[in-house]
Amino acid sequence: MSSLKIICPNGHLGFAPLKPGSFHIGVAAKPDFIAADSGSDDIGPVPLGSDTCASPKAWQRHDLREMLLAARKLGVPMMIGSAGDTGTNSRVDMYVQMIREIATEEGLAPFRIGWFYSEVDREFVRAKIRGGSPIKGLDARADLTEDKLDATDRIVAMAGVHPFLKLLDEGCDVIIGGRCSDSAIFAAAALHKGYPEAQSYYLGKVLECASFCAEPYGAKETVMGEITPEHVEVTAMSPEQRCTIASVAGHAMYERSNPFHEFVAGGMLDMTHCHYDQVAEKTTRVTGMDFVPAEEFRVKLEGSGKVGERFVGMAGIRDPYTIAHVDEVIAWARAQTEERFGTDGWELHYNVFGRNGIMGDMEPLKDRPAHELCIVVQGIAPTVEMAEEVCMTGTRQLFYARLPDVKGTAGGVSFVLDEVMHASPAYTWTLNHTMAVDDPLELFPTHTATIG
Amino acid sequence: MNTRKKLADLAKTIRSKNAGTDKITFDIIFREKETYDLVKRSGALTRQSVCQRLNVDPARLTDFVEYDPAYAIKFTILRERPSGSAGDGDIFGAQQYAPFLDVEVDMTA
Repeated sequence: MSSLKIICPNGHLGFAPLKPGSFHIGVAAKPDFIAADSGSDDIGPVPLGSDTCASPKAWQRHDLREMLLAARKLGVPMMIGSAGDTGTNSRVDMYVQMIREIATEEGLAPFRIGWFYSEVDREFVRAKIRGGSPIKGLDARADLTEDKLDATDRIVAMAGVHPFLKLLDEGCDVIIGGRCSDSAIFAAAALHKGYPEAQSYYLGKVLECASFCAEPYGAKETVMGEITPEHVEVTAMSPEQRCTIASVAGHAMYERSNPFHEFVAGGMLDMTHCHYDQVAEKTTRVTGMDFVPAEEFRVKLEGSGKVGERFVGMAGIRDPYTIAHVDEVIAWARAQTEERFGTDGWELHYNVFGRNGIMGDMEPLKDRPAHELCIVVQGIAPTVEMAEEVCMTGTRQLFYARLPDVKGTAGGVSFVLDEVMHASPAYTWTLNHTMAVDDPLELFPTHTATIG
Repeated sequence: MNTRKKLADLAKTIRSKNAGTDKITFDIIFREKETYDLVKRSGALTRQSVCQRLNVDPARLTDFVEYDPAYAIKFTILRERPSGSAGDGDIFGAQQYAPFLDVEVDMTA
């Protein structure tokens, strides 16, 4: 066993299209696998809750086509995790269908496709709670209650390497995964070929976001990871980028609270003693990683629940006196909504851009607002009709706020649109928890088929 | 001689991003070990100072790590509400780092 090479062209397949230039350089280097993750909880709870994508189908198809054509030409497996942003069953089916369509269009020779699901039935989770196996909260969340479960529309479990390994063992050329840990896709390829766990999981960790482990900053460029039993090397494929000690070590801490530990289903990658060497201009070598198997097999669950229908309004303010009293303006509009709908059963949210619209109470400069403000208003209610009226009241009444000393009495705010816009329903993350399971494959049923 | 410099002039990267649905993590990464060591020594970034800068209760700071392999200082806070809940002004948590750009560092430390 000498080494194994994987290229990753995109850190979130579909979120923006991959850059073909560096991808084709990567393909020319003859990798043993082509893999990418397609999902994220960064996009908020709406896509999971409403079972939709965050990205246009055209971008997803673009990346799947590039990867499929290259993988079939090289005769190497192609692997995708967390299909369609969320990894729900419908997104997996959609990706499998896209692969079928591309294969037909391109007249590809027959190949084996495998896929797995990761949605979890709410009643399965309820049975765990009632059976005395607590669904433990992550990140300071309390253990899951049945109330919170009832407020959940859709749940996905985060797979580790196991369903990928099963499908690789079954000889699949293309694998479309449901929700999974980003690193598991790549780690599974290396584990399948017999490489040690520590190096395999590190390979996954460093490749999962493609060129985010390279510098200078440039997203959607291909990087290549090479694993041996002793080390992992990562190389930027873009002519503009390098993988440096700083960029690779820095990436280890990206998007996680602690730079030393990466938890996956079945264990933890420990990067505490990692050592980084610049072995070529564009290549950094990493050694010293450890893998600590978990004592109990716990799977992370993500859940999203609908809060209500939603409309969005916008209003601008230029009058300095009104800007100084913007909270009173908002309070007025809210009071008018209360007069109409009472105090419960609806929500109004105001983000005051130009003051603290982005950071809220964490904004250090909130007492120094800009010379003009934009207020984004969200109105949420159980029905579309009520949400529209809540939002319209909460926006329109900004216009009529009664400030005692305002000079402009013909209208207190500016409108770009004299209407409110129908937006996606509001959802919230209801589950960020872990659940014990007996069998690593229990929640992730696999399927295979021949295409072509 | 000016003995104070802004963090933005010293660091290679100052960024924020979601760490899961309930946390935002901040990475401040330096190019050279010397600068990293100096900022560590200066005390400009501590558990207390970052909480103060963001006006958050210290109980919301879950991690504060000086990460030598990357010449980086990294800290993580719990969100007020899960990412993408209505009213959240930054679903990705990607613009929360701005208040750290002009943190002043005592270069004589």
